[in-house]
Amino acid sequence: MKWTQFTFMHEWALAEAVASAVLDMVDKEGLKTVSAINLEVGELQQIDLGIFRFALSELFSGKLKDARIHITKTRASLKCRKCGHKWTFRKVGLDESEREAIHFVPEIAHVYVKCPNCGNPDFEVERGRGVWIQSIKGEKKA
Amino acid sequence: MSDPRTAIIGERLKDVKNVIAVSSGKGGVGKSLVASVLALSLARKGAKVGLLDLDFTSPSSHVILDAGRQKPKEDKGVVPPTVHGLRYMSVVYYSADRATPLRGSEATDVLVELLAVTRWGKLDCLVLDMPPGLGDVTLDLLRFVEGAKFLVVTTPSKLAFETVRKLLDLLKEAKVPVIGVVENMKADDSQWIKGRVEPMGVRYLGAIPYDSRLEENIGDAEGLLRTRFGEAVREMTGKIEASP
Repeated sequence: MKWTQFTFMHEWALAEAVASAVLDMVDKEGLKTVSAINLEVGELQQIDLGIFRFALSELFSGKLKDARIHITKTRASLKCRKCGHKWTFRKVGLDESEREAIHFVPEIAHVYVKCPNCGNPDFEVERGRGVWIQSIKGEKKA
Repeated sequence: MSDPRTAIIGERLKDVKNVIAVSSGKGGVGKSLVASVLALSLARKGAKVGLLDLDFTSPSSHVILDAGRQKPKEDKGVVPPTVHGLRYMSVVYYSADRATPLRGSEATDVLVELLAVTRWGKLDCLVLDMPPGLGDVTLDLLRFVEGAKFLVVTTPSKLAFETVRKLLDLLKEAKVPVIGVVENMKADDSQWIKGRVEPMGVRYLGAIPYDSRLEENIGDAEGLLRTRFGEAVREMTGKIEASP
């Protein structure tokens, strides 16, 4: 994926969502500071991890400013609901505009991707869709 | 594991004064036309208006507005293009207007993604063109968008109203505000729909006459506003704006 302004901007919106969600978790768990944030990023959304990390570092302040960000990238695994065939997103041949559309809305994969075994468009994304917060670690308020 | 996207939806909509979900119990009653022409009418009165098509598997507002030429821009998220004075967003910008087969949970993910990344800016009103029925998108809208008010569309058909009655019951149980019911495609003076809506404690906003010229104006925003359909919707905008 190219390091373009186009992609930077979408990564920024998702990073904002992560920052907002983490702050909600900090309030809920009564944390004073956050030392680590563990994220999972699914391959289907094709997020540029370098840009995503940069956006997170720009957005994390206050209680989050010293948080170590750990990102696990999950391979996108697809399973046909008709014939049960499993395959990975990597093996799908798409042009740049189709990949870009899936980057913005991963479910758009159902428009462009078909089961390589039976041609059915009805498949399940078993793993690796988008961004998830796995856990956060921090120090509780006294 | 938690989905971070839902945490930012409130922030994305914080400068939107009103969210109006144009909904119905079944398809084919004219939701998309009412939503599109309502949005145009509000905008022509000077309001800043957005229109979001949430009927992901069968979108049609882009055809009604001939909105295919513009594209969203990227500015720390997605900024909707301006179409006939409306900030307009639809999944067709990503699907290239091809068939979009989605299960309920997948439609939920599209809803959450669009709400999480779309930057509407300041709006007086965001009109939502809802999918028919009581499925995932309707339920998730109630879950994620606090303060949305429903405008319910029916036709004079007893079958259409039977599904609308269930939608109104659901909204009442969920304590969701209902602006009122619009009776579309009315061809006679029957009071049958009005006589069933008002005893439910719901406002009957009025009738839109069946308009044989509507079809020829699909894709022509100004033409739509000049039809009898457009005039009837425009007359209702005052009541809709005044709704608490």
